[in-house]
Amino acid sequence: MGDEQRAEPGTPIAAAQQAPARASVEAVFREERGRLLASLVRRFGDLDLAEEVTSEAVEAALLHWPTTGVPARPGAWLLTTARRKAVDRLRRDQAYAARLALLHLEAERADPAPPADADGELPDERLQMFFTCAHPALAAEDRVAITLRCLAGLTTPEVARAFLVPPATMAQRIVRAKKKIREARIPFRVPGPDELPERLPGVLQVVYSVFTEGYAASSGPALQRLDLASEAIRLARILRRLLPAEREVAGLLALLLLVHARRAARTGPDGALVLLDEQDRARWDRPMIEEGRDLVVRALRGGPPGPYGVQAAIAALHDEAADLASTDWPQMVALYDVLHALTPSPVVALGRAVAVAMRDGPLAGLALLDGLAGERQLQAYHPYQAARGDLLHRLGRLSEAAAAYRQALALAGTEPERAHLRGKLDAIAPPDPPAGARR
Amino acid sequence: MKYMLLINAGTIGEDGTAAECTVEDWMSYDKEVKDAGIFVSGESLADLVTVTAVRVEPDGKRTITDGPFAETREVLGGFYVIDVPDLDVALDWAARCPGARGSGSIVVRPIADFGA
Repeated sequence: MGDEQRAEPGTPIAAAQQAPARASVEAVFREERGRLLASLVRRFGDLDLAEEVTSEAVEAALLHWPTTGVPARPGAWLLTTARRKAVDRLRRDQAYAARLALLHLEAERADPAPPADADGELPDERLQMFFTCAHPALAAEDRVAITLRCLAGLTTPEVARAFLVPPATMAQRIVRAKKKIREARIPFRVPGPDELPERLPGVLQVVYSVFTEGYAASSGPALQRLDLASEAIRLARILRRLLPAEREVAGLLALLLLVHARRAARTGPDGALVLLDEQDRARWDRPMIEEGRDLVVRALRGGPPGPYGVQAAIAALHDEAADLASTDWPQMVALYDVLHALTPSPVVALGRAVAVAMRDGPLAGLALLDGLAGERQLQAYHPYQAARGDLLHRLGRLSEAAAAYRQALALAGTEPERAHLRGKLDAIAPPDPPAGARR
Repeated sequence: MKYMLLINAGTIGEDGTAAECTVEDWMSYDKEVKDAGIFVSGESLADLVTVTAVRVEPDGKRTITDGPFAETREVLGGFYVIDVPDLDVALDWAARCPGARGSGSIVVRPIADFGA
């Protein structure tokens, strides 16, 4: 994305753009920042130093480029500037420098630097950074935070806002992760082909977590936080470019696009949740669906399917259907069977039960759902009770349906989800009118 | 960079060693660590019945008790200190350790570096 958005060499940024332009220039720098950071970490072996001089180099560019014009090779300009600043900093702090030199020497020995591109632009070393940020030795929440910080180029307050935690909490989380990377010496390296199958799912999981957090915030007033979902798609696109042969990367990007394509239809004008069966499908993003469908084909071709590829295929089946009734439910059930074989979980079984209900009728679906009643993972999972409520409602068992909706209501995390469930509950069991209204 | 591998045994067999692996497993692992040139130090600890805990109160009074203070599910059975380039290599060696199998686990801790 950044590559396409990068200004033509030598093009001066119009002076008139000044203040508002700064924000857009910063947006362009976001991806450049991740690239630059990765290169500097590679050279100096220290994330803190790399972050510091990356910010300084970007500041310098924001100061100089509007008057001098964007240099012919912006990436190389930034890297040179940042390196100079790093060397200055190391001259000031000799003890630190000695320690880094040692670190760097060992890193260089273990994994020599790739050659620069023919055109002298920065080699893309972000893949190392992805694997470091998603390292299994880091706490899961820290992986997500530091990936957003180092690869998506978000500031700490932005990451904090996205996760609805105080900036100080997020800062602590990021400091903790960076300290562990530095002091436990988590390496900046791409796992070898033999380790990749074990490590790649962790990287994909981080990107997927960013997306799901943005798509359905687990708590708080706003249902969708589009920024995070877009960031996840951006990260998935970078990964896709870096690992073009990995079908699960294509599958993940496809899944994100095929779900994100429905974003405009997912919330009503008042912010209320609109479920798939009531969505205005004309508002779905067709070009995004097309892109996702092309990727699903790549994800599923040339080998056994992976879980992201299959989930993307499920999303594609929804996106292709004109409405809920004409959705290819037998195919949907078959895809859920494949997914359940790959990654057995009560949540997948729940999705399958709902698909079976659509294919064979509510009674068949309900029997499957009730079979899952003992699953601990579903005890606090409101979609389970909501799905039971829907099927009971369709069967005309209204008091049982109301009980299920009430349970779902007690478990739902976001206000739009609760409002949606209250609507369903009111439809079958109208609330008592206020005392004053009684005759 | 030095890392300590703390070998925690989940269940202890009759002979006081972890139930899931044999003496031969340990001997061959020990040889691998030493042949790889990463061995700094390592010991296995004697049976739990031999453990004594000491605590000194603020007034200087010693308290001596039989066994470890707290009942923990995992029992430290031994350790290695190895010198390897980074955490990934340390984790690989931990994963190869017989003590990582079954109910056991290896806790990997970097050795603090106060030099430089």
